Amino acid sequence: MTELAATDPLPKPKRDLAPILLPVALALLMIPLIGSPSSWLTLTAASLAMGMMIFIMASGLTLVFGLMDVLNFGHGAFIAVGAYIATLVLAPFAASVQADSLWMNLAVLGPAALLSMAVSGALGLVVERVLILPVYGQHLKQILMTTGGLIVAEQTLYALWGPQIIPMPLPTSLRGSFIIGDVAIAKYRVLAMLIGLAVFIAIQLVLNRTKLGLLIRAGVENREMVEALGYRIRRLFLGVFMTGSALAGLGGVMWALYREQVHASMSDELTVLIFIVVIIGGLGSIGGCFIGAILVAMVANYGGFLVPKLALVSNILLMVAILMWRPRGLYAVTSR
Amino acid sequence: MMILSGDPPRSRVLTLVLILIILALAATPFLFPGAKALNVAAKICVFAALVASYDLLLGYTGSVSFAHTMFYGIGSYAIAIALYGMGPNWAAVATGIVTGLPLAALLALAIGLFSLRVAAIFFAMITLAVASAFQVLASQLSWLTGGEDGRSFQLPELLRPGTILISKNLFGFEINGRILTYYLVFAVSALMILALLRVVNSPFGRVLQAIRENRFRAEALGFRTVFHLTYANCIAALVAASAGILNALWLRYAGPDTSLSFSIMLDILLMVVIGGMGTIYGAIIGATIFILAQNYLQALMGAASTAAGEAGLPLLPGLLHPDRWLLWLGLLFIASVYFFPTGVVGRLRNPAGDKSGGRSH
Repeated sequence: MTELAATDPLPKPKRDLAPILLPVALALLMIPLIGSPSSWLTLTAASLAMGMMIFIMASGLTLVFGLMDVLNFGHGAFIAVGAYIATLVLAPFAASVQADSLWMNLAVLGPAALLSMAVSGALGLVVERVLILPVYGQHLKQILMTTGGLIVAEQTLYALWGPQIIPMPLPTSLRGSFIIGDVAIAKYRVLAMLIGLAVFIAIQLVLNRTKLGLLIRAGVENREMVEALGYRIRRLFLGVFMTGSALAGLGGVMWALYREQVHASMSDELTVLIFIVVIIGGLGSIGGCFIGAILVAMVANYGGFLVPKLALVSNILLMVAILMWRPRGLYAVTSR
Repeated sequence: MMILSGDPPRSRVLTLVLILIILALAATPFLFPGAKALNVAAKICVFAALVASYDLLLGYTGSVSFAHTMFYGIGSYAIAIALYGMGPNWAAVATGIVTGLPLAALLALAIGLFSLRVAAIFFAMITLAVASAFQVLASQLSWLTGGEDGRSFQLPELLRPGTILISKNLFGFEINGRILTYYLVFAVSALMILALLRVVNSPFGRVLQAIRENRFRAEALGFRTVFHLTYANCIAALVAASAGILNALWLRYAGPDTSLSFSIMLDILLMVVIGGMGTIYGAIIGATIFILAQNYLQALMGAASTAAGEAGLPLLPGLLHPDRWLLWLGLLFIASVYFFPTGVVGRLRNPAGDKSGGRSH
């Protein structure tokens, strides 16, 4: 230990860089395996875009767990609801969606995404009050209640919109790819990457630069102490839950546009991916969730290219490998 | 009392209901003619055993597993693939059993050791991920499993409906291979439930309950909790795989919808919660209520839906459509977790107080 003068700043906590290097190493390792550099670049861009979308959906879940020890198995419902709500805006304004002007397209997509986020967030409020509040502190009942909520939400969507798959075409100006040399990168993926990065930076800024973020981080680390200092952590938690739900709704819209279709079963498929991401990242850690999302997307894209049959199984293998290395996920932030 | 391992139903009404259910199931081939009644009864038997094995995990150890249908599916597929590949003979049945059961137990061991090594809270999520991966695998390995179509197969001669064991003029009832199969299903299910009762009332079962109530304290008392939990996992997987074998034998078919789908997992969860967690008897009650409702209420919903449609009501026809059956089950599920956490059995045993059972954490 070195002596510290009173005026010196506190020593910075040690940065844990190994997890950050992991996706980089994985990407570099894949260059010789894939062979052609142009398809490697395309695949890497695809992984980053997919990873950002998964991150947007998973970020809320990991914070909800970290802050309040709540396991929400119904998180996928917000994703599906977000996607369905977006069709409410996109279908009537199909003409603007088809128009070949970026601004006109964005003028429809923006409100659609905002409406989805608002509805998912509001639904988050209802779910938190009705399903989660009565069973605080009881994991078993939380899992059962939120699973029940997921069934009800999915079936209600089927009842309202019908069981068929709803097509959701990409706006015209977002179709096609940017072509640089012989590398093709889909335009929509660039947009997804930009939105994902913006969300990540926004979350990091809120968490690290505001009082609210300070309280959230403190709550993740020690809930009782924050409560003892006089802050109403339940209200803070409700805010985080609603934000997480809204982000899941946004992710749902982006995913539906990526797949160009909407169906309530998308929540099942994504729930599994999101769980893997949250486990890999370490429950409660935003940074870990970000890295985890990119890793999962990389495994899905590279794996899908190299061994197509093993797409989902490879995610399990990734999870097993990471948990063997760090049994509590990449970054263990909670004491639980 | 020996046969119940000293754990009687402990409620007069419950005893009466259980006796009624078991007598009805035993006499179904004679009391209720027709294929549908027999199918429903066989399904109740299979699910009672399956749900009881899930109760060992959920009710007694307090861990939520979403991989239970995977073990059920392994049993179903093992017997189906063996009978499909080797033809309808008893050697194939034996092959299916000796490959299916150890496979299920080994997989349960692997999942248990792995997910219990890491944070216990991950268990539910990891089982969900593994189960969904297995489902994808089963539908992709279509050369083995028949993909989405599944595998239909023939049963050995003795168990076929055409085989008449005792002709009609002897008792007035015809005993054929189908009825023999039914009694096979009934007897094996009953044996498995009794065996599970034995397990939960053994010292081992007591340790499981101790782990459920307070894992840390159980460990402090010197019990190796990881060993106990993994062992319970393996027992539950074995029973689930056996139930899967029975189900495949009864249906003469194994496919993703009847043995692997996520909706079966939800059905099992519902049955455990409705019947009562941590009671084993709840499995019989839950399975009976649920399957009867599933088979006979859906028709009622269809009628209500068309009636509402003809009356010109908005939204209701869609909400009451028989395919939306799960919506109402989901609501029922939430309500029963919230209002009756101890289920039917808990209510019957302790009508006044509602001490929450099966609580974890």
